[in-house]
Amino acid sequence: MDTKFIIALLILAIPAFNFLLLGLGGVKMSHRTAGLIGTIGLTVVAVLSYYTAITYFFDYGCMEGAYQPVIGPFPDEANPAFHWLQFTDHLTLDLGIWLDPISVMMLVVISTVSLMVHVYSNGYMHGERGFQRYFAFLSLFTFSMLGLVVATNIFQMYIFWELVGVSSYLLIGFYYTKPEAVLAAKKAFIVTRFADLGFLIGILILSYYTNTFDFAVLTDVNGPVLTSPSGATFLGISVFSWATALLFMGGAGKSAMMPLHIWLPDAMEGPTPVSALIHAATMVVAGVFLVARLFPLYFILTPEVLTGIAYLAAATSLYAAVVACVQTDIKRVLAFSTISQIAYMLVALGVSGLGGHEGLGYMASMFHLFTHAFFKALLFLCAGAVIHAIGSNEMDRMGNLRKYMPITHITFLIACLAIAGIPPFSGFFSKDEILVAAFEKDKLIFFCQYFVAGLTAFYMFRLYYGIFWGTERDYGKHLPHEAPLNMSAPLIFLTVLTCCTGLLPFNELITSDGRPFDLHTEWGIALPSIAVGVLGIVVATVLYRRPNPLPQRMADSVRTLHRAAYRRFYFDEIYMFITKNVIFRRICSPVAWFDRHIIDGFMDFQAWWSNALSFRIRALQSGSLQFYVGVFIFSILVIAGLLIAFVF
Amino acid sequence: MDIPMSFYLLVSFVMFFAGVFGFITRKNMIAMLMSLELILNSVNINFVVFNRFLFPEQMEGMFFTLFIIGVAAAETAVAIAIIINVFRSVNNISADDIQKMKY
Amino acid sequence: MDIASITASQVIFFILAAVILAGSVMTVVSRKLLHAAVYLLFVLLATAGIYFLLNYHFLAAVQISVYIGGILVLLVFSIYLTSQVGEKMDEPGIVKKTVTMLISMGGAVFCFWVLCTGQFPYADQIHLNEIDMHAIGQSLLGTERYQYLLPFEAISVLLLACIIGGILIATGNTKKED
Repeated sequence: MDTKFIIALLILAIPAFNFLLLGLGGVKMSHRTAGLIGTIGLTVVAVLSYYTAITYFFDYGCMEGAYQPVIGPFPDEANPAFHWLQFTDHLTLDLGIWLDPISVMMLVVISTVSLMVHVYSNGYMHGERGFQRYFAFLSLFTFSMLGLVVATNIFQMYIFWELVGVSSYLLIGFYYTKPEAVLAAKKAFIVTRFADLGFLIGILILSYYTNTFDFAVLTDVNGPVLTSPSGATFLGISVFSWATALLFMGGAGKSAMMPLHIWLPDAMEGPTPVSALIHAATMVVAGVFLVARLFPLYFILTPEVLTGIAYLAAATSLYAAVVACVQTDIKRVLAFSTISQIAYMLVALGVSGLGGHEGLGYMASMFHLFTHAFFKALLFLCAGAVIHAIGSNEMDRMGNLRKYMPITHITFLIACLAIAGIPPFSGFFSKDEILVAAFEKDKLIFFCQYFVAGLTAFYMFRLYYGIFWGTERDYGKHLPHEAPLNMSAPLIFLTVLTCCTGLLPFNELITSDGRPFDLHTEWGIALPSIAVGVLGIVVATVLYRRPNPLPQRMADSVRTLHRAAYRRFYFDEIYMFITKNVIFRRICSPVAWFDRHIIDGFMDFQAWWSNALSFRIRALQSGSLQFYVGVFIFSILVIAGLLIAFVF
Repeated sequence: MDIPMSFYLLVSFVMFFAGVFGFITRKNMIAMLMSLELILNSVNINFVVFNRFLFPEQMEGMFFTLFIIGVAAAETAVAIAIIINVFRSVNNISADDIQKMKY
Repeated sequence: MDIASITASQVIFFILAAVILAGSVMTVVSRKLLHAAVYLLFVLLATAGIYFLLNYHFLAAVQISVYIGGILVLLVFSIYLTSQVGEKMDEPGIVKKTVTMLISMGGAVFCFWVLCTGQFPYADQIHLNEIDMHAIGQSLLGTERYQYLLPFEAISVLLLACIIGGILIATGNTKKED
């Protein structure tokens, strides 16, 4: 086995081992030991991931001028992966490791953010009950997410996909004594499971018509799947469109696209570092990763689905940005901002082409995924530090915190500038590429995203001013103070990443066909996008820097819209109506009635009559010898009489 | 000397069903035992009568009766031992009241 | 049957039959236990008489010695041990009594009906040949056909077991009490 695959296997094995160790032996450990084990394990994973990335990009990844996927762990060219299950002669389920630009990039993102969150959690979760359990779940999540990105086939991806879902469920419901957390965990699990149903059906359709699960075959531009696809249709639509659309349904569930986004804001009930890791940086981009992984399939076979994804994502980003403008819970604002930014990445994928400069959107999407992971994790961790200091999520309990928490203030400001698209921070570069790609493909989407960019700057700075400026609140005896070192160090590290990741040459490393292409900043688009970002910041400054009646007056002038946005445009209510009034009452209730009264009734009737009969004949077993003898004699007489009457 | 066989059998039937009646209706265990003796006796008569009338050259019926008398003696002895024992422990020999063994 | 042709054995039979009928009925309906035992005594005696009538002298002797001399004496002793003299037993319930009466009477009538309608060969001829004691002894202790050593021994073992068992049961409790 090659060294690179041993390292890749180690990257997976260390978190898995940590999970078992902390999960089984955690109760016996002190908090300090458990935190140390988790953090050191993740440090090793991060170092190995960086090593893998460097060697992949600069050593073995590049062949004939293009980055090729490297599949392991076995050296055999035909069957590099481990045969796990043989479904039919053609269809096997393998477990293997797939290293290509995006999976290596994801390894770096996941291990970095996870390491930061581990370090941060040592301070944030200090003294919490279930500390060891928390670290065990974090390790499980890290393992699953790493497994997801290196999957060689779609079924392996599905397995890790579900593992990610379950660890997300466990971590959202970490405070299982809080009813809201339990409800939120349940909601997240059910919604994503419902979406994964589509994912599974999509996998089955796809594998039925292509006879393979392997990404290598499915995404081979010159392979049989993409050059001579099956012509089968269902309801007048190609089966491949069905399959890719259903696959995307799974991705939409994980990535919180409309209308499956409802779980993500509620998922903020979990601990804040978890929100940073799972619900901002890594798990929620699984949908983006899925589409990127299968991009040739989407682009060549089903471009109409890809266009649909672009429009859906554009609508979602607009919706989430509008909702984010009026939320008061700081984590909710960040959650909607996350939805909006993920939608940005999917828009970029939706407008992308394949190969060369056409594939700008693909590259921009991955770039934005990369940069977003860091600055959004940074925002969440800052929010966590603020919540840690204040003890509340609500913005109206905060204000003028900049003098108490200078480090958090600066890092949060930088992250806000990054997400607002202000150079030289990383968000500017990636967002700019997305806007360029959208501009070249579809003007409507471009203007939508352009508007969203302005909104993003506005609501982020509304949040910023709401927390760090404005009126000072009554904080009681315990004045807010700067977070301890193990919390502020990750903030500073992520700030550094936020400042410099924008300069990475993504156009040479991660492209739709593996070949680098020339890229130069389109100032014609970049300048207006900077302008709209600055405009959003200025508006927010005017409205929120100092307490004034303007925001209230504006809210009153569009009261209906404001209330609708505050209630997230009633999506939850619509869902409740559909499930409770339509599905439960019209469909489930009659079925339940049938089950309870007809099927159960039949069984109950059988039980009832045998019970009643037994009750009656129970008296016969009285134990009275004389009664037995009487019955015995009587029966003998009857039998003898019958014999004489009918036999002799 | 011509008493028909059915006369003997009639006597035996009456004795048998008197025994059955007594066995079922009596509450006292000794009285039940006595009814049992009646039943056995009627059976003995039957054996002897059939032996005498139908197979006078053989002795099976007589030996059966002999053995039944022996078994009856043994049974009575054991039964009376049990009854006395029960009487000693519960101070009663009514069959309805001896229900401890049931549980 | 002609009055003139009545033989002595017929008279004896009818007397015995009357004693048996009356005695067995009284045994089961008498409310005093000791009276019932006395009625039983007469029934057993009359049965022995029937054995004599049928020329089974040995059997009649066994009947008297074992039943009357052994079993009945045991019964009388146990009656004295367990109940007061003159104590009346409870009447059985009227429903139980009626139902049992119906079953018993029905059974008797049924058997009588079978007896009347059935056919028995040689039923009216009787050969009162004397049974030789010597033959009885031979049969009891022989192993040939129609000889009964095995049942005889089995009964002997049974009686032994009963003696031991009776002693054990009767004395088992006293040890605990001590």
